[in-house]
Amino acid sequence: MPNVVGAIETIESHLHPEPSYDLEKHPMPTGREEIWRFTPVKTFKPLLADGGPAGELDWAGEMPPGVEFKMITTAQARELAVEPPVDRISAIAAQRTRQAAYLHVPAETEISEPIVFIGTGKGGQAAETFVAEFGTHSKATLVLRFEGTAQYACKFDFRIGDGAQINLVYVNDWDDESIHGGQISVEVGRDARVRTVHASMGGRAIRIAERARYKGPGGELEQFGLYFADAGQDVEHRMFVDHNEPNTKSNVDYRGALQGKGAHSVWIGDVLIRKVALGIETYETNKNLVLSEGCQADSVPNLEIETGEILGAGHSSTTGRFDDNQLFYLMSRGITEEEARRLIVHGFFNDIIRRVGVEHIERKLLEQVERELSLVHGTTRTADVA
Amino acid sequence: MSTLVIKDLHADVITEEGHKEILKGVNLTVNPGEVHAIMGPNGSGKSTLAYALAGHPKYVITSGSVTLDGVELTGLTVDERARTGLFLAMQYPVEVPGVSVANFLRTAKTALDGQAPKVRTWVKDVERVLAGMDLDKSFAARSVNEGFSGGEKKRHEIAQLELLNPKAAILDETDSGLDIDALKVVAEGVNRYSAQGDRAVMLITHYTRILRYIQPDFVHVFVDGRIVDEGGKELAEKLEVTGYEEYVKAVANA
Repeated sequence: MPNVVGAIETIESHLHPEPSYDLEKHPMPTGREEIWRFTPVKTFKPLLADGGPAGELDWAGEMPPGVEFKMITTAQARELAVEPPVDRISAIAAQRTRQAAYLHVPAETEISEPIVFIGTGKGGQAAETFVAEFGTHSKATLVLRFEGTAQYACKFDFRIGDGAQINLVYVNDWDDESIHGGQISVEVGRDARVRTVHASMGGRAIRIAERARYKGPGGELEQFGLYFADAGQDVEHRMFVDHNEPNTKSNVDYRGALQGKGAHSVWIGDVLIRKVALGIETYETNKNLVLSEGCQADSVPNLEIETGEILGAGHSSTTGRFDDNQLFYLMSRGITEEEARRLIVHGFFNDIIRRVGVEHIERKLLEQVERELSLVHGTTRTADVA
Repeated sequence: MSTLVIKDLHADVITEEGHKEILKGVNLTVNPGEVHAIMGPNGSGKSTLAYALAGHPKYVITSGSVTLDGVELTGLTVDERARTGLFLAMQYPVEVPGVSVANFLRTAKTALDGQAPKVRTWVKDVERVLAGMDLDKSFAARSVNEGFSGGEKKRHEIAQLELLNPKAAILDETDSGLDIDALKVVAEGVNRYSAQGDRAVMLITHYTRILRYIQPDFVHVFVDGRIVDEGGKELAEKLEVTGYEEYVKAVANA
């Protein structure tokens, strides 16, 4: 399609507005805007309000040798960021951060132990900025786990150097009252391989913009997500992959289960393939399993293709109840309906967890799913993943 | 003792346009140790019979009776029928992503027995049965039916038959889509099962080929939702030559 390739590049889409630190560029949302229309704006009010520095989470964790960590100024964080905020919550997060955190894995350093940070909310408002730089050909796994109660806004930027192999894991295991919003931006270096895993289980409401772009050809990005929305819970993952370099790959697979009145999930899967991004490959998929009445799953994949010369681009989205044929098959072997449902939900999540490829994270996620299922089914049987 | 008795069974398929009668009065008794072949053309209702007996939600039994060892099955749920001793080897086994064969087999065995199998003997039993079906040990770690070849799916069904060892087995076109080697492996599994002498086997098939490896005691011709002829093994040999045309015409003219 030479006419497409030759066209003047204008990004028509209103789905990814101009990033900016300027709060005036991110007016208070009404809920009618495209990027806010699925969000319970009222619930997020504390994260949308302008103000002085907010608090921080209590952080604990393991810092394997070879990793550098320090606090930097917010001005320094802006210099290092992948991109400015794309929505008001992220802009507020940047504005209300007192001091930014900075992590650095030097070039050609392999950190075999995962770097684990556990942030615990103490009940109030918190706003944090975090920048991590992974040097050329480094190898590491970073796990960020959120617990406790907070009204938390975050602006995270991860820069992955050329040829690096990095796993980024986010686990939202908040207590029931927590609100968590913000932005995570990843820049994938030349020939780097990045895998992100995002598990959202707890909390009252979660809304994260997960954005990715490339800093050279040949980068590969895999993004896996799983979420479990219970009664009255809003879980929103807004994915955006910007194929701004040729021969890059992306694969996004998010799965969710919804259970209970008012359980609400949102998954936005935007992919932009720019004119320069020849020979790229992308696939995005979102699957939702609706376990009870009164749930809502919004799922919106969106592909913008500005070049005709790509290897492959596709997306899929399914939302449904239990597959009658799966239930029939399991029950025809004597398995009760309840047990069959439990197996199917387990399988639904195992199917993605097994692709994470980092054993201790897989185990943790399985435990997490088991915990959610025990809430649903009132059983505490241990998962069997043999 | 395992006697499967089907009496004047009528069943509808539930479609978006409403109910449509498929089974129009099926009568059949399968005594312990007997193998009955049900043969018929496409669309005759053979698979509907299998699904209706097992309790698939797409089919509804409107009248008649099905008993296994005197227990009426028609009012039972799918899993209750299975726990009564009925097994259906499916024509199109269903994929269950993320659920391993090992987990599935153990969960089924536990549900059927009311208690978990003993770990030591169970693992050996699973390996033995899989090996008997020419399935590698690693097969147990794969997701149920996901990415299985046609032959693997059918061998997995028969592995379940041997491992779960039900009172009565319905094999729904287990032979279709199998090459000759796989067909032999599958037939040997069925023969081992029926050689126990007290199991009831209903073998639904479109082709006579499998009857070279599994000897039926009775052959029934199934056309337009009921049994229209029956006989011994020689009936299958006749069908091999003449096909179902004569029966289909007779039903159409009736």
